[in-house]
Amino acid sequence: MLDYLLTEEQIMVRNLAYKIAQEKIAPVRAELDEKEEFPWEIMKIFSEADLCGLWIPEKYGGFGQSVMAFCLATEEISRVCGGVGVTFAASALGGAPILLFGSDEQKQKYLPDLASGKKLAAFGLTEANAGSDAGGIETTARKEGDYYILNGTKQWITNGGEAEIYSVIAMTDKNKGARGATAFIIEKGTPGFTFGKKEKKMGIRCSATRELVFQDCKIHKSQILGKEGMGFVVAMKTLDLTRPGIGAQAVGIARGALDESIKYAKERVQFGKPIISLQAIQHMLADMATQIEAARALVYSVAKAIDAGGRDFTKESSMSKLFASDTAMFVTTQAVQILGGYGYMREYPVEKMMRDAKITQIYEGTNQIQRNQIGLSLIKESAQK
Amino acid sequence: MEIVVCIKQVPDTTEVRINPETNTLIREGVPSIVNPFDENAVEEALRLRERHGGKVTVITMGPPQAIEALKQTIAMGADEVYLISDRAFAGSDTWATSYTLASAIKKLSKFDLILCGKQAIDGDTAQVGPGIAEWLGIPQVTFAVKVEVEGKKAKVERLLEEANEIVEIPIPCVMTVVKQINEPRVPSLKGMMKAKKAEIKTLSAQDIEADINITGLKGSPTRVVRIFAPPAKGGGEMLSGSTDEMVSSLVSKLRERKII
Amino acid sequence: MDLRKEAGEWKGIWVFAEQRNGIIQNVTYELLTEGKKLAQDLSCEVAGVLVGDDAIEGNVQSLFDYGADKVYLVAHRELKYYCTAPYTRAITELVNKYRPEIFLIGATTTGRDLAARMAVRINCGLTADCTGLSIDPDKKILQQTRPAFGGNIMATIISPNHRPQMATVRPKVFKKEKIRNPKSEVIKFVPVIKEEDLIVRIIEIIKDESIKVNLQDAEIIVSGGRGIQDPKNFAMVEELAQTLGGAVGASRATVDAGWISAHHQVGQTGKTVAPKLYIACGIAGKIQHLVGMQSSDTIVAINKDPDAPIFKVATYGIVGDCLEVVPMLVRKIKELRD
Repeated sequence: MLDYLLTEEQIMVRNLAYKIAQEKIAPVRAELDEKEEFPWEIMKIFSEADLCGLWIPEKYGGFGQSVMAFCLATEEISRVCGGVGVTFAASALGGAPILLFGSDEQKQKYLPDLASGKKLAAFGLTEANAGSDAGGIETTARKEGDYYILNGTKQWITNGGEAEIYSVIAMTDKNKGARGATAFIIEKGTPGFTFGKKEKKMGIRCSATRELVFQDCKIHKSQILGKEGMGFVVAMKTLDLTRPGIGAQAVGIARGALDESIKYAKERVQFGKPIISLQAIQHMLADMATQIEAARALVYSVAKAIDAGGRDFTKESSMSKLFASDTAMFVTTQAVQILGGYGYMREYPVEKMMRDAKITQIYEGTNQIQRNQIGLSLIKESAQK
Repeated sequence: MEIVVCIKQVPDTTEVRINPETNTLIREGVPSIVNPFDENAVEEALRLRERHGGKVTVITMGPPQAIEALKQTIAMGADEVYLISDRAFAGSDTWATSYTLASAIKKLSKFDLILCGKQAIDGDTAQVGPGIAEWLGIPQVTFAVKVEVEGKKAKVERLLEEANEIVEIPIPCVMTVVKQINEPRVPSLKGMMKAKKAEIKTLSAQDIEADINITGLKGSPTRVVRIFAPPAKGGGEMLSGSTDEMVSSLVSKLRERKII
Repeated sequence: MDLRKEAGEWKGIWVFAEQRNGIIQNVTYELLTEGKKLAQDLSCEVAGVLVGDDAIEGNVQSLFDYGADKVYLVAHRELKYYCTAPYTRAITELVNKYRPEIFLIGATTTGRDLAARMAVRINCGLTADCTGLSIDPDKKILQQTRPAFGGNIMATIISPNHRPQMATVRPKVFKKEKIRNPKSEVIKFVPVIKEEDLIVRIIEIIKDESIKVNLQDAEIIVSGGRGIQDPKNFAMVEELAQTLGGAVGASRATVDAGWISAHHQVGQTGKTVAPKLYIACGIAGKIQHLVGMQSSDTIVAINKDPDAPIFKVATYGIVGDCLEVVPMLVRKIKELRD
């Protein structure tokens, strides 16, 4: 695959993530999936390897605030296990609101622990009745003097229960519509903040997915990110920044599936020769590889644009997530097909990859929402001409 | 604690093959790695430093490209590294290698502990560690699977064939370690940055005051006169049929061969 | 510094008689048998070097039974258990006094620890893990053949100008052969052990209770890999081993996973074995494992994956679930016996 004229530092990050993925994650991924076990050991290794702070400025203990470096690491990790990949990426998702909207004090308080990997973060927006329709969230934050009292339940929160730092969006004034929500930083252990049961999922099973339950949870106003009423802006800007990361996760899963497919097709002999010599298989592999390359190019260019100071990347960010996740689903399904009967067996890694890939088309905004987003952006752009 | 670790850069031996026509090693495309047992030695040294404080110095005798191996140890956390390199060292067998490394160690400031991996995966001899100990006139403990240091003594558990042995050995001494002793840490990004920027010092025969009459090919008591490919494993037989049939077939074949 | 030796002044082939708790290790007998063949080509004698405390004298006869022309008896209170310094001291003094041209030592943990130290003290050439020994008919020197690069290549090595020519040899590479031997000369040697030789002390021995048969001595080994699915299935591997009178081996993966102790590990970072029969149950056959057992006489591989690399070195391969095959094998072997 094209070596994207990465900087030496980026190559270092990629190689290190690759090394850890191959040596430490590969041997345990099947077991983590089988047992739905949270990959604490692996997160510890990321922490010791200085990989947790790729998206955080050096000022706060990070490695230089590079979306590109973060995507490279997420991709290499996801090549081996999408579940570990999302655990890694979701912590950045949870911390991004603090990076984007936190006061210096808030950043000083929370970012160093995320950079060192001492703590994990999670992002709480989705609810049972508010998924794609994020505007319909019902968790309320009622103001009482210097405090806000939170009541409600967030659903399907990645790293829920394991993370210590949560960026949560709650309704402060229903009547204000788009300006009716506020983003809060909430720490695990705050009275009134508990977790629901761990969900049993189709894929990314080692990733912990839980409800966040708020019952008269009292939060001081100093925990607000930005200002009261900025909640949805915080959410949207956060997702713009982190969608390429999910794109990278999807590209990684797809690459892992392609690698397994090629390996298998070279070894599997039918009708007297390895099946990779059959045109049917070659065409499948060609389509898979081409789509991956395109998805990768899109993710990387968005990441680089953001790093270069790009301001308006909402549309492209959506595109990178949309295209990469569709690619991942396509490629992993083809991979199972290429491995045939073996592909369907749990002993072989591709069925897990297919199960892992599906969620990338759903979370961080379903691909239907992504298309909405892109459509609206196109309309807006054309109106400006 | 002042700890010196001796490492070797080796080809990844799972990839090494012999060209059956010329009987020479096919080295192209074979990646070079830090000898896996030496990684365990570096890791143990780092853990001892974490526990007791001090410094970890890593040295290697090798050609200029061995610098890559040293850099990997910096990325893991080594404090100082040296490349011991000189034309006069080329072709050394284990006797000459241990002499050369011992000479280098003598030149470095005082040391408390010298750690080596049990053996190098290319030479597979396990001879250099004890050789260094003899040259330096200090005690040795081999096949270490657990190390505890207390003041001027160390308690070391050795992994032997049928049992483990715990010995008490005074410091300074040489220890060779087995893979089971620890899990080497993954390098950190900060470490890798440090390694990238590091300028590695090379020590020549003169720098370490080594007698070049007893180094390298010239000084080596042993000589390799021939290398060849091992005899190819004869084709085996895959048994077929139902499980019952295969097992019965196996039993009768083993019986024929008088193995059971 | 010129450390070469005048070859002509050194004669005879010595074999280190390794003993553990007063029991002579089989590799000693294997080396005496091989040594005798080499001695014929050199028209010289083979001697056993027996080191231990006074009680060790009782083992002298067994060395003659396997071909020794004479035995050097090195007995001292401090030599009861192997420790590097006193053994190195005692044996190098012996070597310097009697000057053998060749010294063979078993490549055990003891032998490798000892030989490597001695080679530097005596300034001689040492070749490790030899799988073949012969005498060059013209130069009358020892040709030592051994694997390198994890067994991917073979090398032949000589020590032309240094004496003795030392070599360590793995157990079970050569076969031992008992002979009728009229020889009985014992030369007693009392070494001077110094205070500084005694600074390393053995403070505890932890026996591995799961080891019933020394893996490297075993004629038959049944090994378990990750394919046995669960640690409790080592019981089935053990049963097959017991039925065959063999030992239990293991792949690195199972040892790392804590299913069985490291003493059972076969492979590049474990033990190298060469039994008559090696049965690999649920072992994929990564190169690091193959390196430890591919010299076995007969290899049987049982694995669900028909593409597992273990089948490349297997004499007989069964594609199947070892959880099914192994108990069946046990049953059929028992039936055979009845």
